Amino acid sequence: MISADVLENAVYEAHRLAATILPSDVRLAFERMHRRETEPLPQRVMAEILDNVEIAETDQRPICADVGVPRLYVVVGDKCKLADGFVQFERAARQATARITKDLAMRSNRCHPLTRENPGHNVGVFAPNIEYRFEPDADWLEITAVHKGGAFGSDFRMLVDGDGVDGIRKGLIDAVAEFGRRGLTCPPVTIGIGLGGTKDQAFAIAKQAAQLRPVGDRHPDPVVAELEDELHEMVDGLGLGAMGYPGSGGYATDVHMEIAYTHSALTPLGIHQLCQAARRAVIRVSQDGTMEPRDVPAWFSEYSRREGVQ
Amino acid sequence: MTGDIHLTTPLSEEDARNLRIGDFVYLDGQIHTGRALVYQHTLESANDPPIDIANSCNVQMHGAPAGVEDEPGQFRVSSIQATASFRYWRYVGDYIERFGVRAIIGKGGMDQSLYEDVFAKYGAVFLTTVGYGIAAKYGRGVIGVEAVYWKEQLGLPEAMWVLNVKDFGPFIVDGDCTGASLAAQGVAAVNKNFREAYATLPQHILKRMGEVDDSLAEEVITDKKVR
Repeated sequence: MISADVLENAVYEAHRLAATILPSDVRLAFERMHRRETEPLPQRVMAEILDNVEIAETDQRPICADVGVPRLYVVVGDKCKLADGFVQFERAARQATARITKDLAMRSNRCHPLTRENPGHNVGVFAPNIEYRFEPDADWLEITAVHKGGAFGSDFRMLVDGDGVDGIRKGLIDAVAEFGRRGLTCPPVTIGIGLGGTKDQAFAIAKQAAQLRPVGDRHPDPVVAELEDELHEMVDGLGLGAMGYPGSGGYATDVHMEIAYTHSALTPLGIHQLCQAARRAVIRVSQDGTMEPRDVPAWFSEYSRREGVQ
Repeated sequence: MTGDIHLTTPLSEEDARNLRIGDFVYLDGQIHTGRALVYQHTLESANDPPIDIANSCNVQMHGAPAGVEDEPGQFRVSSIQATASFRYWRYVGDYIERFGVRAIIGKGGMDQSLYEDVFAKYGAVFLTTVGYGIAAKYGRGVIGVEAVYWKEQLGLPEAMWVLNVKDFGPFIVDGDCTGASLAAQGVAAVNKNFREAYATLPQHILKRMGEVDDSLAEEVITDKKVR
């Protein structure tokens, strides 16, 4: 049985790691892009980005001053038992979010959308967002904290039958043209594409694809995986480097696509570009209360992407 | 690109006019922050800044620090960087002229016409943050919080923070006093790649209903080309 106290500490730790330590897969991708870059300007930028990652970890400073709107993705094992229940977990998660905001001197972004009243602790109505998924044959609970801004780089459009893959290509080139050429997306970015499902689902799985899959990961469906490779090549072929400056190092660390079965005449398309401060951190809590930091969230699994009627 | 340049605030007109796009700049001294609410408070609601900006902290950063108030009046900044500057185009000209600002630290640059019409005229430069978020490194360059003004009226993030800085940088000169724009040069250089990519798509995809037909239009605007 996992107590609410343990979960409060787990959420706090997930937030702390997300704010201050870049995931290792993203860091390795940046090192590769730095080596590959031949233009002096984006090459210097990549060196400064890597230096910033070191400083954030050493000094325990937020990698980015815009901590965005801190949020949580939670995978709950089917056999997981919480001593104090899920309502207590959510209360603990809100308290931990307020506590880390103060301790790390994180900016308190969360405010009322009309009055702009700011309570000062990143907690409020529907904030932080907490999304859940279940995993069979597991008794742990896994928390992934994601910190991200979000003004630029996202796009949605409803593709119609007949648009096909060209519609996806057009949408992605448009998104990079609009937000990438002046670096408003803070490149190198990690691109997530959500295809199909319902409108809101396409947008949600696009964001999850950008945030919750490691660089280099490929979708298990070979048709999707092939398109991920093709779109990554297409985007990097546009000749943008770090900050969107002309360069050869690449614009995106990777392109991840998630699909959901959709309406036979329509295909909703969501696009997200995750900035270079690609902050995510995973803490898995076992039934005995031990906390284990992990590199890759369990969010996408064979079970979560299942087909068929089971 | 030349070597890195170290300057001390308040910047002189000569400091600003000597910089060229692509230069990497570090700052010592004092800077102040401001986003939309600071501009509205000073320019639209006619509240004078409580300090002599021109002779102290004549560098304005479009950003809100990651910072907290530990005790009343005791502020701590951990990280800082800039937010996208193009949306402040309405304010920047008046603000530079009225308060003697010699450098704006921002993100993404501003429309080149502002560099030509305002920055060149008054002797100011636009410095872009690097990577648009090496905030921990910039945070190291903030050695103290001199003051936070208008916290009650504008809220802590949007307030005017006056920061003491040392080896604060690097920033890249995006707009200089000749009116040149580094970002605009970059956009012009890559546009041919985008044209080639669009050219691989069939007409029915390029002309879908409800979509703009000029995807290469720039997102930075002034009143010269309000969409």
